[in-house]
Amino acid sequence: MSVAEAANKPMKLANPNKKPKWMRMSPFSYLALLVVTFLSIFPFYWMFIVASNGNEEIAKIPPSLTPGPRFFTVIQHVYDAADHADPAFGTSADPIFNNFNHALLNTVIVGLVVAVAQVFFSAIAGFAFAKLNFKGQRFMVVFVIGTMMLPSQLGVLALLYMMKLMNLVDSLGALIIPALVTAFGVFWMRQVIDAQIPNELLEAASIDGSGVLRVFWSIVMPIIRQSAFVLGLFSFLATWNDYLWPLLILSSESNFTVQVAVNQLKSSYAIDYALNMGGAFLATAPLLLLFVFVGRRLVRGVMDGAVKG
Amino acid sequence: MTNATSVRAAKPSPSPWKPAKKKPSKPATGSGITALNGKWAYLFVAPFFIMFLVFGLAPVIFSTYIAFFHFDPIGDQTFAGLANFKELLADDRFWNAVGNTFQIWLLSTIPMLLISISLAAVLHNPALKGSTFWRTILMVPNITSVLAVSIVFGQLFGRDFGMINIVIGALGFPHVDFIEDPFSGHIAIATMIVWRWAGYNALIFLAAMLAIPGELYESAALDGAGKLKQFLFVTLPGLRNTITFVLIVGTIGGLQVFAEPLTLGGSFNGGDTRQFSTLTLFLYEQAFVAGRWGYAAAVGILITVIVAIVSAINFVITRRISGESKK
Repeated sequence: MSVAEAANKPMKLANPNKKPKWMRMSPFSYLALLVVTFLSIFPFYWMFIVASNGNEEIAKIPPSLTPGPRFFTVIQHVYDAADHADPAFGTSADPIFNNFNHALLNTVIVGLVVAVAQVFFSAIAGFAFAKLNFKGQRFMVVFVIGTMMLPSQLGVLALLYMMKLMNLVDSLGALIIPALVTAFGVFWMRQVIDAQIPNELLEAASIDGSGVLRVFWSIVMPIIRQSAFVLGLFSFLATWNDYLWPLLILSSESNFTVQVAVNQLKSSYAIDYALNMGGAFLATAPLLLLFVFVGRRLVRGVMDGAVKG
Repeated sequence: MTNATSVRAAKPSPSPWKPAKKKPSKPATGSGITALNGKWAYLFVAPFFIMFLVFGLAPVIFSTYIAFFHFDPIGDQTFAGLANFKELLADDRFWNAVGNTFQIWLLSTIPMLLISISLAAVLHNPALKGSTFWRTILMVPNITSVLAVSIVFGQLFGRDFGMINIVIGALGFPHVDFIEDPFSGHIAIATMIVWRWAGYNALIFLAAMLAIPGELYESAALDGAGKLKQFLFVTLPGLRNTITFVLIVGTIGGLQVFAEPLTLGGSFNGGDTRQFSTLTLFLYEQAFVAGRWGYAAAVGILITVIVAIVSAINFVITRRISGESKK
């Protein structure tokens, strides 16, 4: 049962027929929500409008507000622009190995690896923190929370230097390895496991002779799979959208992620809006598509993780 | 799932940092399942702890260390003592970055809090139709990359042909230069931040509002409290911890803002008059444009100090205000 249902149910039961005054909905609320919906969607729509109309149409007053005919031409330009520096690697004639598509593929690979790793390592550590006994546990939890407060910028320079020492500069490993597990993920999983798994269940299993590994795989994981999925989604989205770190660490086109590829489109001195918006559209459309399927679960995840009180 | 997943409201039955509370079903020692004990726990936390020490803690310590050096990653590395910090405190560019950062932070935080709480209040009404749809819409801006958002908003805020200036012009006002004029530019950046986070935070506030017992509203209504009074005396006090949390998380993120100014201004120096130079952008400029890693690391340490101070002030103020309104 979701929080919303839990909170609403008693009220509805208490007033089965007539809603009290404070519950009634004013039409202005719907108007406000429609405005918010418009503002939330419009930038995406505008990306498509500019990309499909080209620069000339946009530089008119008033600008065109409806899709134009040039979408595929602009997308082709994005592909061509992504190819310019390293034609040996791939060309737009070869759609699968085109540099922009390759960047998309890189991003998906890094995102999936990071998501799976974060879920796994966070789940085992979270399980240990929530349900197992060991010396130094208390200190470690406080330590983890304390470090979550540190600004991430503080370590970036040294991390870059370490990547150099580890020979990971300009490799996808530099994106994956530091992100395999985060304090946030562990903390999230600790909360989830603590809330969703009763101690009695684990005790019963251990009396039946199940070892820790078996308890984790066949009892804990099935129960927390929804939350694990949400954590994985957040990791995937964060990896997909990460911008500065890939920009600093990657230099060859074959290793670019999609954000770096889009950033490369800016390097001409007059801003080509249609080109940039085309790139931004290509980098965003997969996420929007994904969101159609998982949006509700993401929302539930955000609300479940919220601080209440 | 229950709301016990929440970060703060969660009172884990065997709370690892408060093992004193003991349930009868639990063994007498420790906080977890005694039968599931010992070596496995270390194995389970080991990957996290090793990764964390190497990629979380070590860089922080190392960054702190190089702040005391004139540090070139491929050249000279000589001990500098406090020279970097002294120079920094006398550097106008640093104070410019402090000013820009705080202005952007204020311009984004206050409107965002107001918008988020209002939206949550609208969504909180049980009579609302299609609440799942509205909630999902609120999440949409949050999933997009800062880069894509900046490209779109950069065009919308354009001086000559940006939609926003076309509207301003149609209303009879002169066009605003959102790129060159510092204050307008900060408004543009704050708009991008609010657009990205207002819906997300509204969901956080909504979750907190739904956790407030419905009986409180019913009894307030019986006492003759109208909607506004209910909001002021039931809802707001119930959001105390959530407001503190959102403010502190927003402060940690907001004082490190760099992606929006970097993409809107187009360079690490923050534009022609350094109007977009924020603290973090200044850090990156010093490291990657000027090649002064030690100086940049010193900026990083000062960012940490500023974030800590502002978070502490936030915490105290929100506590005090909400403590009074509760009475």
